[in-house]
Amino acid sequence: MAGLFLQDIHKHFGSVVAVQNVDLRIPHGRFVCFLGPSGCGKTTLLRLIAGLERPTRGRILLEEADITDQPAHQRNFGMVFQSLALFPHLSVGDNIAYSLRIRKADASARQRRVDELLELVRLPGYAARHISQLSGGQRQRVAIARALAIEPRLFLLDEPLSALDAKLREDMQLEMRMLQQRLGVTTILVTHDQREAMTMSDLIVVMGTDNQVHQMGTPLEIYRNPADTFVADFIGTSNLLKGICSGSRQVTISGKTLRIEALPENVKAGSEITLSVRPEDISVVAGVREGESHLPGRVAFVRDVGSSVEIYLDCSGFQIISQSTPKSRPAVRQGDTATAVLPPSACVVLTA
Amino acid sequence: MNRALRQLFLALVLIFLASPIVVVGGVSLNEKKSLYFPPQGFSLNWYVELFTESAWLIPIENSMIIATLSSLAALSIALPLAYFLWRYRVFYARALFMLGIAPFMLPPVITAIGFLTFWATVGLYGQMVATIVSHAIFFVTLPLVTISLGFESIDREIVEAAETMGADSKAVFRTVVFPMVRSYMVSGYAFCFVLSLNEYIVAYMVSGFTVETLPIKIFNALRYGYTPVMAAVTVFFVLLAALIFGLIGRFGDLPRLMGALAPESRNN
Amino acid sequence: MIEDKPKGLRVHLPILYPAVMLVVFFVIPFGIMLAVSFFQREPGGFYTTDFSIDNYANLFTMLFGRVLVFSIFISALCAAICVAVGFPFTYFITRMRRKAQVVWLVILVSVLSLSAVIVAFAWSLLLSQTAGISNLFVWLGLMEKPVSWSPGIWALTAGMCYIAFPYTVLVLYPPLSRLDPHLPEAAQTLGASPVTTFFTVVLGSLRSAIVATLIMVFAFTLGTYLIPQILGRPQHWTLSVLITDEAVYHSNLPLAAAMAVFFMVVSLGLVGLTTLIGKSRGPTTQ
Repeated sequence: MAGLFLQDIHKHFGSVVAVQNVDLRIPHGRFVCFLGPSGCGKTTLLRLIAGLERPTRGRILLEEADITDQPAHQRNFGMVFQSLALFPHLSVGDNIAYSLRIRKADASARQRRVDELLELVRLPGYAARHISQLSGGQRQRVAIARALAIEPRLFLLDEPLSALDAKLREDMQLEMRMLQQRLGVTTILVTHDQREAMTMSDLIVVMGTDNQVHQMGTPLEIYRNPADTFVADFIGTSNLLKGICSGSRQVTISGKTLRIEALPENVKAGSEITLSVRPEDISVVAGVREGESHLPGRVAFVRDVGSSVEIYLDCSGFQIISQSTPKSRPAVRQGDTATAVLPPSACVVLTA
Repeated sequence: MNRALRQLFLALVLIFLASPIVVVGGVSLNEKKSLYFPPQGFSLNWYVELFTESAWLIPIENSMIIATLSSLAALSIALPLAYFLWRYRVFYARALFMLGIAPFMLPPVITAIGFLTFWATVGLYGQMVATIVSHAIFFVTLPLVTISLGFESIDREIVEAAETMGADSKAVFRTVVFPMVRSYMVSGYAFCFVLSLNEYIVAYMVSGFTVETLPIKIFNALRYGYTPVMAAVTVFFVLLAALIFGLIGRFGDLPRLMGALAPESRNN
Repeated sequence: MIEDKPKGLRVHLPILYPAVMLVVFFVIPFGIMLAVSFFQREPGGFYTTDFSIDNYANLFTMLFGRVLVFSIFISALCAAICVAVGFPFTYFITRMRRKAQVVWLVILVSVLSLSAVIVAFAWSLLLSQTAGISNLFVWLGLMEKPVSWSPGIWALTAGMCYIAFPYTVLVLYPPLSRLDPHLPEAAQTLGASPVTTFFTVVLGSLRSAIVATLIMVFAFTLGTYLIPQILGRPQHWTLSVLITDEAVYHSNLPLAAAMAVFFMVVSLGLVGLTTLIGKSRGPTTQ
């Protein structure tokens, strides 16, 4: 099964660029997240896929059929909106059955499907209730049930959990993930919350403030090997250190040489680079140590949040954050001299 | 296809709304004293007559005075009422609001008769002050509704923030409430003014025989003999209204004043 | 500070002036009018203070009945036309960009503010023989010679719709502009064509607003006084015209007052009905 193809997609609103240069392939049956800060174009991209907007340039293909010019109501996709958009004048059952009604399914078929879906989203017997009587989480589930009623080819969700409180959100994340795995429907979810994306998806598409796609990959790939500084910074926390490449296996940061394992293809000695290292990969030792992975400095701040300890080190013009567990906490205090150890395997060299 | 149909529909409505005005405009420019369209001969005579003949100038003056003063009076009643209802929770709030709404909700004839009997009893029938007060009460609904809308739009937290910074209720009114409600007051006044200028029946019943306002004059002119000056008056009124509301539209947030929500930004 | 309970007498000061004004100049006049409706007419003058229900008995004449029925009929017709055209119209307006909306709103509000006299005059001109659109039809070859369509029943209808239309739009504007724009989009993703969306979702979710508007426009047009006089023949005169006629030309203030009170009861009943419908916004299962 080929999946969804976005070819050279651009979208402008007048002179404002919403989305540009997007080429993506979304494989069939996967849970994909469009992730990025607000204004990056992820919702616009979703709406383009849904058919609620037309691309200024580019084609959209589903299973090799060109659907670019197909109007939204013919695409057979299910969509959950950020505001949920439940029809206030219809009951829960009638909301869910809406698409079936359009397709002229008979009453008993509709009833069966509604009951089936209510079971699926764990709201059995709610068919006769009014929308106004439901809680936020319940409305959420009705919106999901409604979108899935016709067994859509694509399941699209626009920041569906943003209005829920933290605990409910976490519960819903797991529920939705399990639902998707059970049904096997290709799902695209838009979010600005990277933890949400990391929890729920098979693949993440990271978009940036330049309205382009920066990287697409599994959560782990993106975390371990960010494509550029934007992705490194947006996903989790990262120490980003600017320097120069000074050899095939080393870089120089503020006069100090550090060993690294691999360089990206187009980087040669003398190119400007940024080194990305995750705090949990950096260890801190007391005192000054020299070495090919060591950056000496002074402890600026120690933050003990219970489950982890963060140490902020000022090293030759940079502030490096190290994170460790309480067990392996180094014996340093604010003001002490200490050295950060950056293992080569954890250093990622980025050019942009 | 859908788009073209929609444009056509809107165009038809526009034609419906505009054609009487266009015809009247044409007639007002007619050279001779007859009602022909398209105009035969082009002249601004009638406009000149409108603004120089005392037969027309007096009604214009009367209407202007009445409009200016009654709108001010209406505003003076509506503002404290709306403020009180917004600030305090009293069990009779709804009743008071209904009382404020009532004059405008009833058919004008009824209100006019009510005023007629009242002023006749009090002995001020036929005086301009009677018209002014009657208009003020009749139109109080408008500023009341718009100003209430304005109060509704004040985020409670802004008031609370001001209070935490040391503002007492007078200061809150002066520095927070009033500036935010000001534009609604202006639009309420403008509405009142324009409607008062155009109002016929209350003015007629209360003191129509002694205080001739412009609409009364026009109606009389209609009954007793056509003159294209009436067309000139019509055009004048339309332009005046368009000017006033155009200014509000240009400098204020007209959609929000009419009940829409604040504009949302297109995101993502 | 907001929604406190007012403490002490001083605090009630802002409410005093409006309350007094409204009571003195609104409640009392109506009280007087109610009283007058029970009085006897004095020929040549105003009235003598008396108590009789003769005036109300007079209401049950054929003339009054016929006029009442006609008034209700023509108002209902205009309300129906205005809402039928006004609803989609307002819907389109609320979907436009802000700037375009402002232009349309200014146009509508300017038309709304026009005096009934002016509207009546303009329409009488538009439908007249010498200056009216029948000339246009002659020119287009659709008619043989220009005719005058005013005064007449269609002139009256056109004039009333013209007056009521901007009012209809302005009443529909708040609920329509607050309609969640995602609702029609959701319907589309569920397979509804734009037309189906409009009828099932847009109309559906605004059912109570539509009914309320119909009633409000009905009540509004019921009060027109000038349009029927200028654009309609005597058989088209509505209740408002009748009332003024009695009050001014026949100097029968008590009878006019009685009619006005009756009229007021009907109007208030309608407004009450609107509020009731507004309250019971429960959705129904189809």
